[in-house]
Amino acid sequence: MVKPIAAINDFVVKFANVNGSGSASANGLFVKAILRMGVPVAARNIFPSNIQGLPTWYEIRVSGQGWMGRRGGVDLMVAMNPQTWDRDLAEIEPGGYLFYDSTKPMPATRFRDDITVVGAPLTAICNAAYVEPSKRKVLKNIIYLGVLTYILGIEPEVVEALLREEYASKPALVGANIEALNLGIDHARKTLKPLGLRLERADAVGDRIFVDGNTAAGLGAVYGGATVCAWYPITPSTSLAEAFTDYCKKLRHDPETGKARYAIVQAEDEIASIGMVVGAGWNGSRAFTCTSGPGVSLMQEFIGLSYFAEIPAVIFDVQRGGPSTGMPTRTQQSDILSAAYASHGDTKHVMLLPEGPGECFEFGAQAFDLADRLQTTVFVMLDLDMGMNEWLIPPFQWDDSRPLDRGKIMTAEMLEAGADFGRYLDVDGDGVPYRTLPATHPSKGAYFTRGTSRDRYARYSEEGAVYVDNMERLLRKFDTAKSLVPAPIARKARKATSYGVIYYGSTAPAMDEALAVLEAKGLHLDALRLRAFPFPGEVFDFIASHELVFVVEQNRDAQLRALLINEGGVDPARLVKVLNYDGSPITARFIAGEIGGLMGTTEKATTGEMAK
Amino acid sequence: MTYIAKPAFHHPSLNTNALGFTRRDYEGRVSTLCAGCGHDSISAAIVQACFEIDLEPHRLAKLSGIGCSSKTPDYFLGASHGFNTVHGRMPSVLTGANLANRELIYLGVSGDGDSASIGLGQFAHAMRRGVNMAYIVENNGVYGLTKGQFSATADKGSKSKKGLVNHDSGIDMVALALQLGATFVGRSFSGDKEQLVPLIKAALAHRGAAFIDVLSPCIAFNNHAGSTKSFDWVREHNEAVNHLDIMVGRAPVTASYDPGELVEVTQHDGSVLLLRKVAADYDPTNRVKAMAFLQDRQAAGEIVTGLLYVDPEAEDLHMSLETVEAPLNALSDAEICPGSRALDKINARLR
Repeated sequence: MVKPIAAINDFVVKFANVNGSGSASANGLFVKAILRMGVPVAARNIFPSNIQGLPTWYEIRVSGQGWMGRRGGVDLMVAMNPQTWDRDLAEIEPGGYLFYDSTKPMPATRFRDDITVVGAPLTAICNAAYVEPSKRKVLKNIIYLGVLTYILGIEPEVVEALLREEYASKPALVGANIEALNLGIDHARKTLKPLGLRLERADAVGDRIFVDGNTAAGLGAVYGGATVCAWYPITPSTSLAEAFTDYCKKLRHDPETGKARYAIVQAEDEIASIGMVVGAGWNGSRAFTCTSGPGVSLMQEFIGLSYFAEIPAVIFDVQRGGPSTGMPTRTQQSDILSAAYASHGDTKHVMLLPEGPGECFEFGAQAFDLADRLQTTVFVMLDLDMGMNEWLIPPFQWDDSRPLDRGKIMTAEMLEAGADFGRYLDVDGDGVPYRTLPATHPSKGAYFTRGTSRDRYARYSEEGAVYVDNMERLLRKFDTAKSLVPAPIARKARKATSYGVIYYGSTAPAMDEALAVLEAKGLHLDALRLRAFPFPGEVFDFIASHELVFVVEQNRDAQLRALLINEGGVDPARLVKVLNYDGSPITARFIAGEIGGLMGTTEKATTGEMAK
Repeated sequence: MTYIAKPAFHHPSLNTNALGFTRRDYEGRVSTLCAGCGHDSISAAIVQACFEIDLEPHRLAKLSGIGCSSKTPDYFLGASHGFNTVHGRMPSVLTGANLANRELIYLGVSGDGDSASIGLGQFAHAMRRGVNMAYIVENNGVYGLTKGQFSATADKGSKSKKGLVNHDSGIDMVALALQLGATFVGRSFSGDKEQLVPLIKAALAHRGAAFIDVLSPCIAFNNHAGSTKSFDWVREHNEAVNHLDIMVGRAPVTASYDPGELVEVTQHDGSVLLLRKVAADYDPTNRVKAMAFLQDRQAAGEIVTGLLYVDPEAEDLHMSLETVEAPLNALSDAEICPGSRALDKINARLR
């Protein structure tokens, strides 16, 4: 018999449910209860592209130490879906726990002997207490929440308080839910023993907030001054436009007239979405669209127009599993290359790479300053993991003294004073020209915007030298961008090392833990988290100062590594791929196992799909 | 597109409008289209219309897609900002521009390939959203810049210059616009400036999606026998339902008409449309009847022109979205950025 796992405030619970069964709210309460006990939690929803009837999972990392990535492995499986029983059972760590509905007897062969099996006749309890099918369906979830509350040591008062808050607007439901909770708690107290996995009150959450990246990015767009949003529904980006809409309704109405200081259009497709963004950007409004990989594919032509005609635009790309329709409800970082070089001809685009909801807010606002300053498309590259899962992060901050940077706009006064206006004239060497907005001046400053080549004064030209002059200026502008985008963040290893690791985006929290795990084994690496493209020079200095640099990302083709090689002329042999692309968020164990293995230890990851 | 600027000087006795502008102030660069192209007549009609309604040239934004017709915004209103966008997608760009600044006048210029083939979807959605604009399709039934392929408005059975017969049904943009909810729909002919100029004036004054289908024969690739978009064919089959005069800011004069001969429509901006009836009992304010009449006459082989439908009380996209009166692109930082105190409250709700 394997010894049952014993852990306090440090374990992984996974709920296996059927989607559309109402489990999400019970699972959400479970997470919030742990947070209210002062214990940090990271929760990830693994769901199908479906509304009802297919398997869905909710994986919860409880970490008193504050590790917010996926660890890998499952210590307690709450197996509520018979369809996925076998694979759910197989995922439990040796010594782990299985909780299931024991109403129907199961043969011993359906279990494992190296785990602790905990059954409760949830359906029987529920059916005895409730007659209406709707109550039976929903309250069964609250009953299992009650059982878990007892066997894990969650404070019942905390859960009760949450239920009162949750149903504050429907008081009739509070009593029924608390009753169901107590049915579960009472049953557990009488028949079950607490598990070796325990929750204890702590003070490790502080003033942190629990929020998903799409909400954060939508709020960032409000703070960044976006006034036009044109979008088309696509998973996993839809909730970003919805969050922007909700926050605008609360924060952006004229207090006197009640009228909207924003315009949101649900367009007929992604092409029209980006077209509206380009039109609004041309006319001086801050505008954005949000989409995922398939939408970016459709937007290519307009992205090229924005690059070449130099029109500000912001695109939030909440990446999902590709190619084609791919895995619409799974996560990947697989649009990096197609965003960086989107559209035909020679193009390059600014990309911001947030690590989680905090930077989704920060970069979500900053993207509009950069788009106006650089007069081009700026991508903010989220992914499904950070976009649709709530993460525990420090509270959002805003500096009220920070003005919106609207970039180089030539005014009527400047034109009156005799400024030499050339729409594509580089007056100060940074590659960024001045622009006029329509209707600036009755007789000066009008120009014809076009996607065809033209000279510095926006006059059509097919002359080779004129074309090259313009393309070279666009490169200078891209160089300027290097000094404006968020700088990479370096973390020195405790001991001098010739190994480095580069990572970005939602890999960050798993990387934090992996680096600690590796360090504990005596494996030291300097780490660099990239936060934007184009890459500033320090990225290549970092690579040059290490013999071997691991590049950790969540796609098959090592896209960021390819971008580093292409943009920096780096010797590919120095950049070692570490890739997780099965659609589930990368785990600390996977990273530590892969890098540890490559650095010479034999210990490889034992769990996590990519390690199998 | 041309890079030749027209000389700016003009005869001192040239008439000026109420703003002191001459007609020349509404012109653009020299056209590079083929001599005799219908599109150049439409550009001239746009110049005249804008001159006559005393429009401040810089208060208009002109947008187009790709193709011969979409090149024309370079040839009129040189003091206006222009945007030659991408093929078939001008409607979305114009929509976005309009959202950013509701105070400007928006003129969309497109062709039949641009709006009926590649851009049919965007055309449809801009109409149904009620984007406040005048949208002119310079319709010649053919791809001129790529030398003579049929476009989607070419009639079934019509012949190309090379002698090919078109097997596909032609799209009737007027019927589509009516069905999609456009609130001003007209059709005209590039060779009939007397009809076209007042239509453009009324469309520019209209609040909402105003659409004018202008048959504009392609002198190079679609002006032969067997074409239903040639000068001769259009002249022979043109049936005007009414004659339009538009009064902007002036009292209408109706004395010279017999009762029942005239329809008077006042648009939201106070402009008065005086429609002298040509076809008996044609009511341009009844969408359903207009659609039926057009289907009927089309089946009889006529090309019905004139102001076919107008809803003088139409609402536009900004009214649907309930946006502020001020242009969104002119809002101050304080009006669009909620600040740290609001953020503290948001943080509190996320705990």
